[in-house]
Amino acid sequence: MSPVLEVRDLRVRFGAMAAVRGIDLAIERGQTHCLVGESGCGKSVSALAVMRLLPRGAKLEAGAIRFADEDIARLPERAMRRLRGDRMAMIFQEPMTSLNPAYTIGSQMTEVLRTHRGMGRAAAVERAEAMLARVGVSAPGMRLGQYPHQLSGGLRQRVMIATALLCEPDLLVADEPTTALDVTVQVGILKLLADLKRDLGLAMLLITHDLGVVARIADVVSVMYAGEIVEHAPAGQLFAEPLHPYTRGLLRAIPVPGKVKRGEKLATIPGIVPRTEAGFRGCAFRDRCGFATYECAEPIAARVEGAHRWRCRLEAGWREAA
Amino acid sequence: MSAIRRLPLVLGTAIAGFAVLVAILGPMLVPHDPFTQNLAHRFVPPEWLPGGSPAHPFGTDQLGRDYLARLVLGVRISLMIGLTAVVLSGLIGTTLGVIGGYFGGWVDAVVMFIVSCRLAIPIILVALTVVFLVGSSLTVVMLTIGLLLWERFAVVSRSATRQVASRDYVAAAWCAGCSRRSIVLGEILPNIVHHLIVVATVDMAIAILLAAALSFLGLGVPPPMPDLGLMIAEAKDYMFFKPWVIEIPGLALFVLVLGINLLGDGLRDLLGGESGG
Amino acid sequence: MLRFLLRSLLLGALVCSTVLVASFLLSRASGNLAINIAGPEASAEAIAKIQHELGLDRPLPVQFYDWAARAAHGDLGRSFLFHEKVSSLIATHFPVTFRLGVFAIVLALVVALPLGIAAALLEGTMFDIAIGAVALLGQAMPSFWLGLLLIIWFGIDLHWLPIAGVETWTGYILPSFVLAFVAIPVILRLTRSGMVDAMRADYVRTARAKGLSRASIVLKHALRNAAMPVVAVSAVQLGFILGGSVVVEVVFNIHGLGYLAWESIGKGDFPVVQAVVLLFSLIFVGLTVASDLVSALLDPRVRGA
Repeated sequence: MSPVLEVRDLRVRFGAMAAVRGIDLAIERGQTHCLVGESGCGKSVSALAVMRLLPRGAKLEAGAIRFADEDIARLPERAMRRLRGDRMAMIFQEPMTSLNPAYTIGSQMTEVLRTHRGMGRAAAVERAEAMLARVGVSAPGMRLGQYPHQLSGGLRQRVMIATALLCEPDLLVADEPTTALDVTVQVGILKLLADLKRDLGLAMLLITHDLGVVARIADVVSVMYAGEIVEHAPAGQLFAEPLHPYTRGLLRAIPVPGKVKRGEKLATIPGIVPRTEAGFRGCAFRDRCGFATYECAEPIAARVEGAHRWRCRLEAGWREAA
Repeated sequence: MSAIRRLPLVLGTAIAGFAVLVAILGPMLVPHDPFTQNLAHRFVPPEWLPGGSPAHPFGTDQLGRDYLARLVLGVRISLMIGLTAVVLSGLIGTTLGVIGGYFGGWVDAVVMFIVSCRLAIPIILVALTVVFLVGSSLTVVMLTIGLLLWERFAVVSRSATRQVASRDYVAAAWCAGCSRRSIVLGEILPNIVHHLIVVATVDMAIAILLAAALSFLGLGVPPPMPDLGLMIAEAKDYMFFKPWVIEIPGLALFVLVLGINLLGDGLRDLLGGESGG
Repeated sequence: MLRFLLRSLLLGALVCSTVLVASFLLSRASGNLAINIAGPEASAEAIAKIQHELGLDRPLPVQFYDWAARAAHGDLGRSFLFHEKVSSLIATHFPVTFRLGVFAIVLALVVALPLGIAAALLEGTMFDIAIGAVALLGQAMPSFWLGLLLIIWFGIDLHWLPIAGVETWTGYILPSFVLAFVAIPVILRLTRSGMVDAMRADYVRTARAKGLSRASIVLKHALRNAAMPVVAVSAVQLGFILGGSVVVEVVFNIHGLGYLAWESIGKGDFPVVQAVVLLFSLIFVGLTVASDLVSALLDPRVRGA
């Protein structure tokens, strides 16, 4: 089966700054692919690039984005518009501001159906109500007449999800969908996304900085650092056997109840993500890595071991040494 | 692009700086007296028009007075009105605004109510009435405008104060036992002053235009003072035959106000203040 | 919603009554009201007589109560100058100024809204910069000077439009344009900045992610949110236009309220001045209440409150 979305060598630049430096992604039907990394690593920019929603000033440079049997990286805006909201949909981090405060939930949902499906008002309202019910919104008929400010954050994110799924897209891109929500609400939203993915056979690209979210929902994980995917593996394998020092550092920074002793400091990764100008060579993590040598300034080839891919020149033995 | 973005500041500084120089030094440099009439030399056209003479580069007015000398004095009068009005309205408006913004609650409501009342009165008509009642003179015009034009200062300083007052360093000063007085003077004012500078330029431009309008309507700076608005009013009976008699003072007024506005825009970009609509 | 409107109305009423008192005090501030009527050569007895006839010798609060009570019944007193009832003077002069103001604000909106939207969509381009420059020039333009220049150009040189008066509708064109000129930069800048903010807002990104058309994104999603402050400011600007119409009315020799007030001020005819000032204030307050109402209708967050 060919993947729903296949990204090859995606590059995005903001002026001289290379925000995304050649990433590869492939997502299949019914799969949740998590893109993980610190803020500023280029994960949100990658998601926006896939939707072709990059802000002004950002330049989609090279690479192919294969979706629906087309390379959409070069598709004209008019054709992109037909795909967005229909075959591919996106939800965002800020449910507070991502809905238009001036219009009712109903208006903002039905416009999708009227645009892409040419539905009449009554049919669109009926479908929107059914979809709200599907994502677990109580009293969906009443919600359609309400305005965003009358809804809680969790409800708003459910409305965003329902709106995204109205046209039964093949791909759902979720950019930090739970970050702005209370912890208890987060769990509900993640469970909903997992159910929907399974039931509707969605391919889901989920952007997060939260490894807890990854552990809960991911099938496949790509760890991003400074615009590159440094490690890629099925979720279980990644957590069990991280091969990149950065991934390992991230995992060590998670407090695990029972394992962390009182008074003991949580592990952190010293330093900050470097600014990568165009033409940057070598491993971007080398300044923060305890195992770096002068060789790390040379271009690093990707290494493959089954479904596991990573970019580090260290031999597997380094883990025991650590 | 960055050259274009800097243009307002550069141009505004140049124009305003030139105007200040003219106002201070100009009267010493122009050979003619702005009040001396010479009925034999009425409406000598400016130098660049046919019949003009180098003796009067900008020509002479309906009473034969040198236009350049009057113009230079007019710029001085406009700037004096603008500065005085801004200082006065700045004091009133900032006091009101900071009090309302800092104390909040009913104090703030009262301040906003005063601002609403001020906005509701038609400023030109009230200014005309006041000048008529008190008698027209340069001082009266300066004071009247200053007493009427403080609402922008009040609105901007109020919202800026509210912002600053919620910051942690103000809370820190409060916890450290600083008095209200020292918090307002030491913590709040220095942090809103960049807003106030921008408002000052905006208000100065408005004050100058308002004063010119009052003079134009005959209840501003009294003759024979050469206020730019008054020069236009006195010359307008002759404008159909000699358009330059209103074009010259009008252009001077326009460029002066434009320069101050440009300066304000440039400062806003530089300091990150706001004009407050 | 109801609470919001009641608040707005209450504030408006308070402002009106304050202006009422203030305008009364202003008119009584000069003790020479009777001298104005009687003339400078009148004897002290004659002045005292006039003062008594007009009730000017009574204590101020009594005078105020008397005046306010009559004003409430539409009796604004008599003009010393025109020997006519103030209310009928206002009734004959108001329509002209009102028409001028409405034409001007409509013209300002018609010019400023499309230009502001276009500048926002073309943010940072030469067009945007040029529009900003035009707004700046407009702000610096003394309206009486612009009026005179237009009279010279369109009235004298081109013979296209009348240079004074409003006997025909073409007489309204130049003065309305001059009045609009004051409001255009304000509305233009606000529309532009509102649209720039809206186009950067998350909900516009959502609208794009939903695959909506450019027209729907700009006109439905962005403009609706950018329009809210523009409505409020337009109402305020109309108030300023009416209150400031005196300059334009004098330039174009149009006998509206502003002209009436100007003449009356120059002659010390205070009942008229007082009534005009009061009327303008009432209109301004009415406009702000109306704009609160419209923003409440436009903004569901206010409506629900």
